[in-house]
Amino acid sequence: MAAGEVAASGPAIATAREERRTSFAEPVTFALSIAAALAFWEVISRTGVISQRDLPAMSTTFQELWELMKTGHFWWAFADTVRGWGLGLAFATAFAVPIGIALGSNDFAASAFRIPIEFLRPIPSAALIPLLFLTLGTTLKSELFLASFGAFWPLLIQTIYGVRDVDPVSVETARSFGVGRLERLYRITLPSSVPYIATGLRISSTVSLILAFTAELFMGTKGLGQEMNAAQSFGLEVQVYALALATGFLGIAIHLVFTTLERRALRWHPSQRLGTT
Amino acid sequence: MAILEINQLGKVYGTGAKATHALADVSFSVEDGEFVCVVGPSGCGKTTLLKCVAGLLRPTRGDIVLRGKRVTGSPEELAVVFQEYGRSLMPWMSVRNNVVLPLRHKKLSRSERDGLVENALEAVGLTRFIDHYPWQLSGGMQQRVAIARALAYQPTILLMDEPFASVDAQTRGELEDLVLRVWDEYGVTILFVTHDIDESVYLADRVIVLTHAPTEVKEIVQVDLSRPRDQITTKELPEFVHLRGHVYRLIKRELPVPV
Amino acid sequence: MPIAILLAWQLWTAHLDSPKFPTLWTILVTFRDLWLFSQFGTHVVPSLERIGMGFGIAVVVGIALGIPLGLSRWARLWAMPHIEYWRAMPPPALLPISIVLLHSIGNRQKVAFIGFFCLFPVLLNTIDGVRGIDPALIETARAYNVPRLERIRRLVLPAAAPQIAAGMRTSLSLAVITMVLSEYFSSTSGVGYVLLISKNTFDFKPMWAAIVLIGLLGYLLNVLFLIVERRLLAWHRGWRAVAPA
Repeated sequence: MAAGEVAASGPAIATAREERRTSFAEPVTFALSIAAALAFWEVISRTGVISQRDLPAMSTTFQELWELMKTGHFWWAFADTVRGWGLGLAFATAFAVPIGIALGSNDFAASAFRIPIEFLRPIPSAALIPLLFLTLGTTLKSELFLASFGAFWPLLIQTIYGVRDVDPVSVETARSFGVGRLERLYRITLPSSVPYIATGLRISSTVSLILAFTAELFMGTKGLGQEMNAAQSFGLEVQVYALALATGFLGIAIHLVFTTLERRALRWHPSQRLGTT
Repeated sequence: MAILEINQLGKVYGTGAKATHALADVSFSVEDGEFVCVVGPSGCGKTTLLKCVAGLLRPTRGDIVLRGKRVTGSPEELAVVFQEYGRSLMPWMSVRNNVVLPLRHKKLSRSERDGLVENALEAVGLTRFIDHYPWQLSGGMQQRVAIARALAYQPTILLMDEPFASVDAQTRGELEDLVLRVWDEYGVTILFVTHDIDESVYLADRVIVLTHAPTEVKEIVQVDLSRPRDQITTKELPEFVHLRGHVYRLIKRELPVPV
Repeated sequence: MPIAILLAWQLWTAHLDSPKFPTLWTILVTFRDLWLFSQFGTHVVPSLERIGMGFGIAVVVGIALGIPLGLSRWARLWAMPHIEYWRAMPPPALLPISIVLLHSIGNRQKVAFIGFFCLFPVLLNTIDGVRGIDPALIETARAYNVPRLERIRRLVLPAAAPQIAAGMRTSLSLAVITMVLSEYFSSTSGVGYVLLISKNTFDFKPMWAAIVLIGLLGYLLNVLFLIVERRLLAWHRGWRAVAPA
């Protein structure tokens, strides 16, 4: 369950030749492109192609966002969402990585648990919203459960892949040198799986954000989602748009952080491989 | 007039301090129906030369004239067989569809197209495999498909870029003879790039020996061995041994370190 | 193993004897009552329709945009800031907006919502797939003067197909999720709507039946997709089996 992600079959290796030619044109087109889109938004709204009631003008929305950012209330909600997201991701990682390693290194366990995993995995966490609402209520606990549950699966799958993908030659070499099982795990398997885990984290970080926000929007747990829900029920359209904008920025920030992390892990990985063989 | 003229061809990659002068000044011509081989030390820009002739790269100086017209893009009457046969065949197409692909945009009737395909595959001995997929064939067979594709296209001139470099030695001999047979049958002009000196002398009417980068033509060696050629008897001829030695010495002198 | 789990589930819920966690048996009974036939048309069909249409639009637009973007670096430079922004946006954040903007809570809004977010996996994978095409293939086609449209149809599309299929699979599971979210948020029909109603009436049985149905739906759609993919991309498996990656 991952929004906009490439299939989880391995680290996202840069396709084709990485465009290293950082010409002057790149940042300029980047800025121009955004500016053009914002201008387009402004024009569409101001000229009434889409009525301002439905789509507030770009300037109005950004102004509203600015006003919101001046209030402490907004930042509390923002922090709440980040907290829900962070803890959800943390719990998911704490469970997925160890279990993933266990399942990845033990063939028997892997085949035994394969069917339950295949059954539970496709259950969209979104479907669990009413269940959580009625059992755990509108507390942080619901949000955390939802976010962790959703984020758990991609990370688990990636970790299993990563552990399985370890170069058997490295492992055999270590074994022939009498390196103990735990140390083999620590020195060879884990470092070798890091890129996969990094990819899993990237996917899971997105999932966790989506679910944390969903919990807030639908269940009313504190956070940006709940703010949006409230704004909508009070008919404050502009605020709804401003909050959507803010949420988008949060999404990008998280995406950037974890994509960079993933890229670093990938860059580091091949040389690590060479080191062990 | 020669069918192909290469005039003072030059190609430089990159600019300034990091510029690589692949080709400096290469000039030669090819007559209609000739079999010309190009050899040179490793890295002398043989592939660059071929890509320029094929219109896949734009030269930095000089020009290429094919049948009286300057080459700017990919000429219609030209076909190329690359070294990486596996990577030049489309894996999702059968042998038949791979061979017919270049013919689709030509104004031919369906039966004409099919006829060309079948004839070409017969010429390379792969009629049985017409509906197989590339991954089901061996390396040598895949290269034969690439050759058949070039033949079906009925080009005026056929460029071959070290086509047998990745094939094992025995298959290479078979393929060399196949090319000679096909050249004789179809009457096509062939420009054949190779690093294998024996191969170049065995196949060619003339061998163009290149210098190392920045590349120029070192010498053009006339090969007057009788045809049809044979892998065993031709290579036993004193004339062959002499020519081969001559080309080898020319190239050895081009190598940076005494071998 | 799975049997053991199901058995354990049944026993545990029977032991718990709580209305919140009905036994497996009860769930299955409710499932049969609800979905098999009586409510199928009222709820399952609209949901499937929305998934179908949203997914369909996403695939068509994703591939149609992805191919030119994959081929042109210049186009990518202009489009990337926007693609990156919208793909990072959590879908639920746009739910209220989608209703306001499109003046509807019916199929128009749902399909647009689903289609919009399902676009990105397909689009991004198409771009990656096109960019990753072996240059040797492209050079060969160029050397033989294969015209541009033919190149796209016979070379670019099949070559990128495996990657596009992977994106489509992700998109399909995303379609199920966005369908549930949009129906749960505001709707008058559909599986998500049933979820919503059961929450409001505190009725756990249809809720669990719906959860099971949604999981099953996702699973079945995925299996169906894999079957189709397997047939169409048979060449790819054969090719990968022999060629070093």
